Amino acid sequence: MSELRIELQRICEWIEPGSRVLDLGCGDGSLLEWLQKNRNISGYGVDINPENVLSCLKKKVNIIQADLDAGLTDFEDGSFDYVIMTQALQALQFPHQTLAEMVRVGRKSIVTFPNFGLWKHRVYLAMKGRMPVSKALPAQWYDTQNIHLCTVKDFEQFCKQQSLHIAKRDIVDYEHRSDALMKLWPNLFGEVALYQINGK
Amino acid sequence: MGVVSPKSHHFSEPLSLVCGKTIEQYDIVYETYGTLNANADNAVLVCHALSADHHAAGYHSNQDKKPGWWDLFIGPGKPIDTNRFFVVSPCNLGHCSGSTGPKSINPASNKAYGPEFPIVTVVDWVNYQVRLAQLLGIDQWAAVAGGSLGGMQAMQWAIQFPDKVRHAIVIAAAPKLSAQNIAFNAVARQAIMSDPDFHQGRYYDHDTVPASGLKVARMLGHITYLSDDAMGDKFGRELKNQQLNYDYGVEFEVESYLRYQGESFVNRFDANTYLLMTKALDYFDPAEKEAGDLSEVFRKVSAKFFLASFTTDWRFSPKRSKEIVKALTDAGRDVSYLEFESNHGHDAFLVEHADYISAFSTYMQNIEVSS
Repeated sequence: MSELRIELQRICEWIEPGSRVLDLGCGDGSLLEWLQKNRNISGYGVDINPENVLSCLKKKVNIIQADLDAGLTDFEDGSFDYVIMTQALQALQFPHQTLAEMVRVGRKSIVTFPNFGLWKHRVYLAMKGRMPVSKALPAQWYDTQNIHLCTVKDFEQFCKQQSLHIAKRDIVDYEHRSDALMKLWPNLFGEVALYQINGK
Repeated sequence: MGVVSPKSHHFSEPLSLVCGKTIEQYDIVYETYGTLNANADNAVLVCHALSADHHAAGYHSNQDKKPGWWDLFIGPGKPIDTNRFFVVSPCNLGHCSGSTGPKSINPASNKAYGPEFPIVTVVDWVNYQVRLAQLLGIDQWAAVAGGSLGGMQAMQWAIQFPDKVRHAIVIAAAPKLSAQNIAFNAVARQAIMSDPDFHQGRYYDHDTVPASGLKVARMLGHITYLSDDAMGDKFGRELKNQQLNYDYGVEFEVESYLRYQGESFVNRFDANTYLLMTKALDYFDPAEKEAGDLSEVFRKVSAKFFLASFTTDWRFSPKRSKEIVKALTDAGRDVSYLEFESNHGHDAFLVEHADYISAFSTYMQNIEVSS
């Protein structure tokens, strides 16, 4: 698994072999490629970016070029075992609608996002009075793609409101290590949040 | 590709057609590019659309101004790379460029078929192309590829002969024609059939052609191949002679262009073939036998699909390609779908476009063939 982004390795551990997978905002297709080779999965990536699309073709990953903000109406209810969306939630126009669509289309959904509740962001905002900029969130407020950042608490509150069942959770740092602080105060010390949500 | 020459073969095994009639014997004119390998697993069938023919790549002579219709995409180092693939490009049954069609002589009457030529459908073309594959010793296509009506043939191949197609390349196509598509075809047919020189399709016997009807049909068709943007960019409201004449002559550049397109088409195309081709389009509906459920049809397919559409194509818009993609994903088939920004409308599938060419090339490079 060494060639795979560390966050994706974690997700691979959650996927049952032989599953049907839809990867939203699949980027260069690395996750699906790995799952195809090692977990015998079938499925599709969805991405809008032409370079990503080409990279998926090179990797022999089925790619459907589409805008996630336009919805997933082209997929039937419950037609996938897993719908995955890594590090894309915060960049969506209507994240709540896309989450609802994921739960509709997939029996299980896996979502990852950067935790904006991280103490460093809080300190940055409190001390400097400016929108936090970090290695993981390097863009300025005006040119960032991350238009809907949320915290661990926000996300879990949302799931509760929508009666979405959180089946698995991993709160980790950027290297995907976990420690006692993250376990105790995930919203304060977690850098990346990984969730598996099962349908209503 | 350099200079290429068409080949021809006479088939005397009757071909039963969907319309219930049988065509007793026929010629298939075709071109091939590249070399068939020892295992015969590198063959790519290229299917033409409404007005094109077997001349898909290269030039027929050194004096030719224009190469074959898909020359940008077929040749050494091009998406359908003739260093790897053996490309077969037939002229369809009913056409007017050499394969048997309405203007061919009917051996039963020793006169041109004319309106007696049976209506052919996409299903018939696939059966007809099977005969050519057998002749060339090809049991399975590495890929069947085409744009527009050609893409429909690729799709039909995958449906009709699941074990004979490994990849289907379906570009700027639709799962079936919309009412608007059929309406445009109906007007084109009316233009031809209401021409006094049409003579119920027997104009060959009168030594004439329904030129004005065919011209109008082509002008109409041409409008649907271009986008509003492309026409605007190319012609705008430019005038031919810098001033308005307040009469009914050709004044705007776009009028002059359409007339030129229409007139040059009359010189190379047969009106009865045009009628036939538009009918083949109208009848295409592979989901019909499954009560309109295309995904059910695709469940029996084993080919992998590559689909592409173009943003300003309003004849077969991206939405139409997505219908095919949806049916394929519902059926759990392998499919990749790309949508390219282009202002060339429906014609974009024939036009140079860097992203389109590199995606098409990448997909084709991944098709495995033995050396």
